[in-house]
Amino acid sequence: MRVATVFNKSAYDFMNSNLKLSFRMLCRDWRAGELNVLILALVIAIGGLTTVAFFADRVELALSRESNQLLGADLLVISNQPLPQHYADIAAQLDLAVSSVTKFPSMISNSDSSLLTEIKAVTDGYPLRGYVHLMSEKPEKLLTESAIRLAGQIPQSGTIWVDEKVKMQLNLKKGDRVDVGATQLTVTEFIEREPDHSVGFINMNPRVMINAADLEATDLIQQGSRISYNLLIAGEVKKVQQFRRWAKTQLTKVQRIEGIRDARPEIKAALERAEKFLSLAALASVVLAAAAIALAVRRFTQRHLDACAVMRSLGASQDYLLYLYLNYFIILGVIASSLGCVIGFAAQEILAQWLTGIVDTALPWPSWLPALQGLLVGLVLLVGFALPPVLNLRSVPALRVLRRDIGLSNVHSITGYAIGLFALSLLFVWKAQDLKLGLYVVGGFIVAVAIFSGIGWILIKILAGLRHQAGGVWRYGLASIRRRAASSVLQAVALGLGLMALLVLTLIQDDLIADWHASLPPDAPNHFLVNVQGDQLQSLDEFFNQHNIEQPVMHPMVKGRLVKINGKKISLKDYADDLHAERHIRREFNLSWSNEVAADNAIIQGKWWNNGTTEAAISIEEGIAKTLRVRLGDELTYDIAGSHFSAKIASIRKVDWDSFRVNFFIVVQPGLLDNYPASYITSFYLPPRQTALIHDLVKTFPNILVVDVAVVINQVQQMIRQVSQAIEFVFIFTLLAGFSVLYAAIASTQDERIYEAAIFRALGAKKEQLSRAWATEFIILGGLAGLFASFGATLLGYVIGKYVLHLDYTFNPGIWLVGIAVGIMGVLVAGLVGTRSAVSSPPLLTLRKIG
Amino acid sequence: MLDDIVEQPILRTESLTKQVNTGEAQLTILQDINLQVKAGEAVAIIGASGSGKSTLLGLLAGLDLPTSGKVHLDNIDIFTLDEDSRAALRGKILGFVFQSFQLLPALTALENVMLPLELTAVAHAQSVAQKLLDRVGLKKRLHHYPKQLSGGEQQRVAIARAFATDPKLLLADEPTGNLDSATGIQIIELMFELNREHGTTLVLVTHDEALSQRCSRQIRLVDGKIAR
Repeated sequence: MRVATVFNKSAYDFMNSNLKLSFRMLCRDWRAGELNVLILALVIAIGGLTTVAFFADRVELALSRESNQLLGADLLVISNQPLPQHYADIAAQLDLAVSSVTKFPSMISNSDSSLLTEIKAVTDGYPLRGYVHLMSEKPEKLLTESAIRLAGQIPQSGTIWVDEKVKMQLNLKKGDRVDVGATQLTVTEFIEREPDHSVGFINMNPRVMINAADLEATDLIQQGSRISYNLLIAGEVKKVQQFRRWAKTQLTKVQRIEGIRDARPEIKAALERAEKFLSLAALASVVLAAAAIALAVRRFTQRHLDACAVMRSLGASQDYLLYLYLNYFIILGVIASSLGCVIGFAAQEILAQWLTGIVDTALPWPSWLPALQGLLVGLVLLVGFALPPVLNLRSVPALRVLRRDIGLSNVHSITGYAIGLFALSLLFVWKAQDLKLGLYVVGGFIVAVAIFSGIGWILIKILAGLRHQAGGVWRYGLASIRRRAASSVLQAVALGLGLMALLVLTLIQDDLIADWHASLPPDAPNHFLVNVQGDQLQSLDEFFNQHNIEQPVMHPMVKGRLVKINGKKISLKDYADDLHAERHIRREFNLSWSNEVAADNAIIQGKWWNNGTTEAAISIEEGIAKTLRVRLGDELTYDIAGSHFSAKIASIRKVDWDSFRVNFFIVVQPGLLDNYPASYITSFYLPPRQTALIHDLVKTFPNILVVDVAVVINQVQQMIRQVSQAIEFVFIFTLLAGFSVLYAAIASTQDERIYEAAIFRALGAKKEQLSRAWATEFIILGGLAGLFASFGATLLGYVIGKYVLHLDYTFNPGIWLVGIAVGIMGVLVAGLVGTRSAVSSPPLLTLRKIG
Repeated sequence: MLDDIVEQPILRTESLTKQVNTGEAQLTILQDINLQVKAGEAVAIIGASGSGKSTLLGLLAGLDLPTSGKVHLDNIDIFTLDEDSRAALRGKILGFVFQSFQLLPALTALENVMLPLELTAVAHAQSVAQKLLDRVGLKKRLHHYPKQLSGGEQQRVAIARAFATDPKLLLADEPTGNLDSATGIQIIELMFELNREHGTTLVLVTHDEALSQRCSRQIRLVDGKIAR
C-alpha cells in the first residue's frame, strides 16, 4: 500500500507526502460525498456572513453618503480664520472634490429696509453632496414639486440668491438690487432649501447666498468679524478617511473637522444603531456556523475512525495523523470559505439591486474586507471547531482494525473547543468593531454553552431514567438520547444557540424597528418656532386655533453664559484642548425650566426636583456634562443679562436627540428664573399641504423665527425605512444559517439512523413505529433546544437591548412559548424529513455494508 | 408422500434473480434460484465468498428487492406486499442471526431482546426476554450494553432476540463469522438447541463445510446459481 511507504522519511518528504495524502484524501472524501454536510454548513455560514458583511458595508457607505447630503459634503474643515491652503491642496492630491463656503452675519438692505442675514459665499462645486433647491416666484401658491427645481450651479458673480424670509421681509422680486456691504447685487433666485441648512438654533438668521468672487467687493471681511470658513470635502470613502486622519494632525485650536456624525446627533444615533444591529446579525451567523460545524464534524469523525485505525496499524505516527488532518482542514477551509465568499458576494449584489429599486440610492461598491474576514472566520471555524474532535482520531487504537467496536472514549470533549472559542472570540471583537458588543456576544456565547451543557446533561439523565416507565418505541427514543448523551447535549446546545441567535435577532429587530418608527412618527414635529415673546403667547394660541393646529407646548427659555463652575471662574484656557467644550463656553446656553421630565428624557443620575426641593437645582444633559467635565452636585453659575444665577446639578439626563422635539442641555427648577427676560420656543407638526400657513405666521409675528426641519425629518424617516428593510433582508440570511445548523444536526446522526432503521426493519418494525421512535428523540432535542434558546434569548436580548443598542427592552413571556414550540416543531419536522430516506432504504444494503 | 401434501413448504422461491447495475455493466448476483424449505427443516446455503449467499438470504427475508422472481414465505408472495407489510410479516414469522450481531448500541441486552416483542405489541415482553436471556446464559448481564459484552455474549443476545417472537423460520448469516472457533462452536450448539426446542425451521448461510453438515440439507451456490 502506498500509505505504508510514506511514513518513514525525512522531514521535507514527510510534509510533502503528508500534504499530498491530505489532498488525495480530501478529493476522495469529496467525491464520496462524505464532506457534504461540513462543506454545506461552512458555505452557508460564510455565505451568510459575507453577505451580511458586504451588504452592511455597502449600506453603511450609502447611508453615510445619503446623510452627508445634509452636510453638503462628506467632511468639513471649519475655522474662524482663513484656512491654510494646504488643506485644499492635500484634498486635491487625494482626488477629493473641494469647495469652500464662507459664512458670516451681516445686514443687507434695499431702498425700503434692511435685515440682518447670514451671508454664505460659495465657490464652484458647492454643494458637494445634495442640491440647492430653488423656488419659482409664486409664494402664495402651494409648494408643488414642479415649482421647485435644483440649482445646476452657484450664483453668478454679481448676483445674490435669497431665502424666503429675506424675500418676504425685504419684499423682493427677481431682478431687484440689494446692498451687501460695499457692493450691490442682483436677486436672481429664491432658495427653497439648502443641503447644509442647520437644524440648530445658532444660524437662524435669514440666509442669502453669493458667489465667493464678490466677497472682496462687499468689504465685509474685517478683522474681528464673526466669520466661519468652511472647506467642503467629498469623494471616495477611503480617501476621505485618509484625509480626515491627516487633517486631524494638522488642526490648530481654531480649526475643527466635522463629519455627518459630528454635526448631527440624531443621525449619528440612528446610524450607529443600524450598524450595531447589522454587525450583530453577522455575529449571529458566526455563532450559527460554529454550531453547525461542531455538529457536522461528528459524523466526519466517526467516518474516519477506520481510516485512522488502518493508518495507525500501518505505522503512521500520531504526528503524521495530526498534520494530515490539519492540512486536510486548511485546504477544505480555504475552498469552502472561498466558495462562501463568492456566494455571499453574489447574494449581496442581488440584495443591493433589489434595494436600490426601492429606495433610489446607488449603493457604493463594497470593500474587500468582508471577503478577508469571511475567509478567516471560515478557517478559524473549521480548524477551531472541527479539528479538536478530529485530533482525537490520531489516538484511535490500531486494534480497531480487528475489533470495530473499539472507538474513541471522548469524541466531544468540551475542552477541545477552547481554542476554537478563543479564536472565535478574537474574531468577534474584530468583526464587531466594537469591543463592548463583541465581548457581550462572546461572553453570552460561552456562558450559554456552559449553562446549556450542564442543564442539558442533567435533563437527559433524568429523561433517560424515565425510559423504563415508557413502552416500546418511546423507550427506544429515550434510550437513543441517553446513549448519545454527549452528542445529544451537543446537538441540543448547538440547536439552542442557533435558535437563541434567531430569537434575539427577531426580538431586537422588532423592537429596533418599532422603536425607530415610534421615535419619528409621521406627525413628528417638523417646524420650530423660536423667539416667541411672552405677550405673544395668547395671540399665537389663537392663531393655532384658527388654523386647527393642535396647541404645542411652549418651552420658556432664558439665555445665559456659563461663567463659573463651583464658584471658580472658568476661562477658555481650561478647555483649550477641547474645541467642542470651548464652543459651548463661548456661546450662550439656553436655560429652560419645567416641572416634569420630558417624555424623551431619562434621568440617569441624581433626582428630579419635587415640591420639597429647597436648594436651587438644575438638571444637565449627560453629553454636555461630560464636555464641561462637571458632575452631580457641582454648582454652575450663569451670567444672565448681567446678573449672576447659580444652581447645583441635581440630576443628569439622557436625551433622545433623534426625537426632534425641543430639548435643553440645562433645565432649571421652576421659579428660579422668573425675574429674567424669557422667550419661548416650541415645535409642532405642520402637514405639507399647509406650509403656506408659515407665510401668514411670519407676517403676523415678524419677530418669531420659523425653523423648518421637514427636510431633515423626511431624510431621517427615509433612512429608517431603508435600514429597516436592510435589516429584514439580512435577517433572512441569518435564518438560512439557522437552517444549516438544523441540517447539520440531523445529518450528524444520519449514519446511525440508517443502521438503526435497518435493524428495526429486519426485526419487523413498520415505518411508522420507527418514525415514532425517532420523533421521540427529535421532540426531546427540540424541546431542550427551545428551552435553552428561550432562556438565552431573554437574557441576551435584555443585555444587548439595554447596554448596546440602548433600547428599552420589555420582557416578553411569549418568547418561551415561541422558543420551545419552534424548537420542537423545527427539529421534529426537519428530523422526520431528513430521516425519510433512512426509513425507506432497503435494510439489507445497510446491514451488509456494516456486517 | 403424504407429508409433502399436508405440509406446504414454509419457504419457496421462483426463478429468483438479482442483478445490480455497476454503471458499466449489469452484474448478475443471483440467477434463477428455485428452492423450497419445508417446516422443521434445517438447510445450509453454502458457497465461497461472493457466490451470492448473503444476497439470497436478504431476499428470502424481503430485506431487499429482487430483479425478478418470487419468494413465498408461509404461502405469502412477499414481493406483492409493500415494505411495511413485509416488515410486519418478518416480525411475525422470521428471526435473524447476523454475522456482526447487529444489536442496537443504545439498548441494554434485555431491551434488545424485548425490542421485536414490543414492535409486535406482545404482552409480557420483559419476562419473555428475561427467560430467553437466562436460557442463553446471560442472566447476570441483562442490563449491560452491547459494548460491555464480548463478541460471544453479543451473539447470544442476538440469538435470544431471534427466538423472542417464537419465529417459524430462523435465518442465520455466518453466525460464527466474527467469533473465535471455540466460541463459535458454543454459539452453534446454542443455536441448534434453541432451534430444536422451538421447533423452528432454520436456513443457515455459511462458507464452513463442517458447519453445513450439521444441517439436514445443503444448497450450494456457485456464481449466483444453485449447483446441481
